[in-house]
Amino acid sequence: MKVIVGLGSCGIAAGGNKVLQAVEDEVKKRNLDVEVKKAGCIGMCYLEPLVEVVDDEGKSTMYVKVTPEIVRDIFENHIEKGMVVSEHALSAEDRSYIEGQLRIALRNCGKIDPECIDEYIEKGGYKALEKAIKEMTPERVIEEIKISGLRGRGGAGFPTWFKWNATRTAPGTPKYVVCNADEGDPGAFMDRSVLEGDPHSVLEGMAIAAYAIGAEAGYIYVRAEYPLAIKRLEIAIAQARERGFLGKNIMGTGFSFDINIKAGAGAFVCGEETALIASLEGERGMPRLKPPFPAQKGYMGKPTNINNVETFANVPWIIQNGGQAFASVGTEKSKGTKVFALAGKVKRGGLVEVPMGVPLREVIFSIGGGIIGDRKIKAVQLGGPSGGCIPESLLDTPVDYESIVKTGAIMGSGGMIVMDETTCMVDMARFFLDFTQKESCGKCTHCRIGTKRMLEILERICQGEGKEEDLEILEELAMNVKEGSLCGLGQTAPNPVLTTLKYFRHEYEAHIRDRKCPAKQCKALITYRIDPAKCKSCGLCARKCPVNTIKGSKGQPYEIIQENCTKCGTCMEVCRFGAVFVE
Amino acid sequence: MGCCEGKESGLEARFPDEEVDLALLEGVLEKYRGNPSSLITVLQKAQDIYGYLPRKVLYHIAREIRVKPAKVFGVATFYAQFRLRPIGKHLIMVCHGTACHVNGAELITSALCDELKINEGETTKDGLFTLQNVACLGCCSLAPVMMIDGEAYGKLTPDKARSIIREILKKETEKEGV
Repeated sequence: MKVIVGLGSCGIAAGGNKVLQAVEDEVKKRNLDVEVKKAGCIGMCYLEPLVEVVDDEGKSTMYVKVTPEIVRDIFENHIEKGMVVSEHALSAEDRSYIEGQLRIALRNCGKIDPECIDEYIEKGGYKALEKAIKEMTPERVIEEIKISGLRGRGGAGFPTWFKWNATRTAPGTPKYVVCNADEGDPGAFMDRSVLEGDPHSVLEGMAIAAYAIGAEAGYIYVRAEYPLAIKRLEIAIAQARERGFLGKNIMGTGFSFDINIKAGAGAFVCGEETALIASLEGERGMPRLKPPFPAQKGYMGKPTNINNVETFANVPWIIQNGGQAFASVGTEKSKGTKVFALAGKVKRGGLVEVPMGVPLREVIFSIGGGIIGDRKIKAVQLGGPSGGCIPESLLDTPVDYESIVKTGAIMGSGGMIVMDETTCMVDMARFFLDFTQKESCGKCTHCRIGTKRMLEILERICQGEGKEEDLEILEELAMNVKEGSLCGLGQTAPNPVLTTLKYFRHEYEAHIRDRKCPAKQCKALITYRIDPAKCKSCGLCARKCPVNTIKGSKGQPYEIIQENCTKCGTCMEVCRFGAVFVE
Repeated sequence: MGCCEGKESGLEARFPDEEVDLALLEGVLEKYRGNPSSLITVLQKAQDIYGYLPRKVLYHIAREIRVKPAKVFGVATFYAQFRLRPIGKHLIMVCHGTACHVNGAELITSALCDELKINEGETTKDGLFTLQNVACLGCCSLAPVMMIDGEAYGKLTPDKARSIIREILKKETEKEGV
């Protein structure tokens, strides 16, 4: 009998550690011969904390939204008496969440204990590395990656083999392999989940890349905000060294490679290759002009190959199963699968890996289960601050690099935020501009000042002080920022504004001309009111109002005195009769 | 306005000197002394030790790993992780990632500002709480989320956020009473 507790960051946030403690307590209390294991995130974040029970015949039952009380129930009935506690088990409907996916990069996530190298080896781990260094030449490895059609999963979609080959053939030694784990898109957590759930797959991918390009040292540049990922990587690296998968003379082949971790310090721009290299060197993370590309002059001025976490996680699978197998999935130009972090107003949020080419609608509705409260979907945001909002009318767009770019968004690293009618698109544009404006490193004038000016205009529009000419100025500034910026941050920063202007111009116009926010989100343009017909005069809203601006008495409907209202929404939240509304 | 005009804008005025024990950093410096490319790592470890980066520590690091103080300040102010002021006993981080934003993170921050009577980024007078907006905590399915002292609280509403703070405050006053 085995009990596996899901302990990714999201599982822990939902109370996973308390559940683990309860499981351990029950095992001790009942004096049972049960193996307690930890796993990373399987991706069903909306059902966390998850507990899997595997009986002696290998039959597995997944329990969802587990609390310490449910743990006792599971031990009482399932583990001791063999009766599945069906009311807390994964429903058939929720099973479709996983079954609708094709998992290559996430093949082991949530299935193995990330802190145990033996479980990774049991799943065929490090076999690909062995195959590469014992049976293949470096050129053959690069050829296999070329056949697979693998493109960078960090967002830009550059062919991976090309980068590897360029680094391999560039003059100069030593050469370096760098893993970009500076996942900065606010609303994306694919890389974190892979690092927390299956760190060895990334190490193995890096080692294969190192062999192909002729590097002996590697760095993982990971966000300091991901302490659990860093801890699990440290454990994984130590284990891999101990087993001889990293270090000198790996598997007696004469190939040597080792990996170190460098923690980033919170700068979105460091996701850009040249800024990342500057940061690795202890400098401010400011991008520089390319060429020379990192493949020619990278870390410490030496040829450096930088790939994203998900890209590396795909590599062992490709070497093991062949490039052809990978290329058989996906579309003509976008091969394989892509991992998305599905969140926002969607019923079933979490990690999703689907073949390239699947329509957005399928991801959101078949896997994500549709919109919370069955409201109408308005748009889906792809690519975070560098991406854009794709409207409902284009939801049949397939997820591949080229099709997504045609809509004005970008594939990005995989953040997918679903928005419904209650999301204001002007506010969304303002939100992303606020982010990029703060994160601009300040090197290029257009990015430094242009984003600030754009933000000021957007703030004004949200305040109900927009002017008719604002939209034209926004578009002009957007083009200037795009053209006048050195790196991807500035070049893509206007995308959220341009896509919302393209598809949701009427919302901007409503803010400017009618001083109305159609989604009823912009504080300056809304008023909270109490419907006298629905108000039961319970007085709860008045007691909870932080500024005491709701007046009334028993038997009389309550009323909000507008002058002092801060529009915090507390009254609406606490009203049990739905009497508070926004107009 | 130049940054050197008048006393007000000088670093000395903005970040007053505090007495700190530089010896605490010795273990870290031993490993990285004279190695400029380790600057970020050293700053991270220094912040772990002191809770923030006191001015004296920055000068000390500059001397020991052999880079100009200006560069140390440049790096320390470039990255969001580094703090040049001490923080309160409890650090409240309100997630303002995209998923939290569309689910009302702004209402959470304003409720907390109101509850604690401080602005975002400030510390309460009693030194108990520091309130900070952060880009993304990565628990998007629990949006909106805040993290206090490393523990995440999800599916927040303004009212729920207020009661969590009151709960901590209650525990603090009880402790004092004992």
